[in-house]
Amino acid sequence: MSQTTTKSEPKEALFSKKNVKLLSDPLNGSNPVTVQVLGICSSLAITVKLEPAIVMGVSVLVVTAFANLITSLMRNLIPNRIRIIVQLVVVAALVIVVDQILKAYVYDVSKQLSVFVGLIITNCILMGRIEAFALANTPWKSFLDGIGNGAGYAAVLIIVAFIRELLGSGQLYGYQVVPESWYIHNGGWYSNNGMMLLPPMALIVLAVLIWVQRAKFRQLIED
Amino acid sequence: MELVNLFIRSIFIENMIFAFFLGMCSYLAVSKTVKTALGLGVAVTFTLLVTVPVNYLVDTKLLQPGALAWLDPSLADYDLSFLSFIIFIAVVAAIVQLLEMVVERFSPSLYNALGIFLPLIAVNCSILGAALFVQERGYKTLSEATVFGVGSGVGWALAIVALAAIRERLKYSHVPAPLRGLGITFIITGLMGMAFMSFMGIKI
Repeated sequence: MSQTTTKSEPKEALFSKKNVKLLSDPLNGSNPVTVQVLGICSSLAITVKLEPAIVMGVSVLVVTAFANLITSLMRNLIPNRIRIIVQLVVVAALVIVVDQILKAYVYDVSKQLSVFVGLIITNCILMGRIEAFALANTPWKSFLDGIGNGAGYAAVLIIVAFIRELLGSGQLYGYQVVPESWYIHNGGWYSNNGMMLLPPMALIVLAVLIWVQRAKFRQLIED
Repeated sequence: MELVNLFIRSIFIENMIFAFFLGMCSYLAVSKTVKTALGLGVAVTFTLLVTVPVNYLVDTKLLQPGALAWLDPSLADYDLSFLSFIIFIAVVAAIVQLLEMVVERFSPSLYNALGIFLPLIAVNCSILGAALFVQERGYKTLSEATVFGVGSGVGWALAIVALAAIRERLKYSHVPAPLRGLGITFIITGLMGMAFMSFMGIKI
């Protein structure tokens, strides 16, 4: 069986059209957060500021990519009955590595992220992509799929954090963007929208993103 | 009094859904009818009631720096806290499996009512999240951890049942096409979250 498939599919180039599609699809029409509804759990609470959102996005990207790669390498060895436990162990081990690295190099951000680094383990994107893709595809394809979905997740996080930090505190990545002289207490006309810093606004910003995306890709509309 | 305060706080003010967005995946997927939402809510509360105290004990008796001293004074130098993620998720997965068997044996009707939700709870963020919050915030006694676990569960159940009730009504309203389904659900959750913020500052 495996021989026939290798014959019918001659060696694919590393970045053939199909493979590039694996990378780019999650960024457009099949975004893991806004379309597949995966991984909302551990994502929105850390989008108040841009910096933790970027760190979180990159961490998830690394974990999805390598979890997909490792499970895909082992896919013929894992007995079907215990696959969930095996997947959880692979993911948990990777998350521990990421957590230790974050603690070592960006301790402040790691403190801000608090429990949410650990919650990458139960992030539905990981289990979803491993179950749906990595268990049935070759390692390189799974790796690309992991990077694509991780990047799709990171993109949503970063957009939401960008909007919330800009409107909520007038800053981007910790730097003041809105000129100080605009503020009311300096005699100007502007004041920050404090509501953007509260948790419910993350949901509403995300809902608006979904609205924009679905207005653009009409085929995604649910009925 | 302290415990009652903690209970109220974990239901209303630090609600798992509205303040931390934990357990959102199943919250969105299973909130189409009130009946199933209630079943899942009960199952999550029950699981939290069992797993949070167990994980608290595992943390204080095995993982924290110096926690192994009760076994032998020479082990007091060990710090296994870096293993907490993998141990917590293993404990949660094992307990959920165990719960499934116990419920099936002693209450088949409840087992049938919960159906597929019971095994899925193992990967519900709020279960692992509660265990990690207990560790992070350093709750000091077993009763504190238990009360926090039950409170979070009740808060989660309340949130999902309320959302399901609203979504049942939503069928009769006219929502812009691109917002239908996921989008409007997010907006409703956001508005409910704002309503819950008015509980902030309550002290008993």
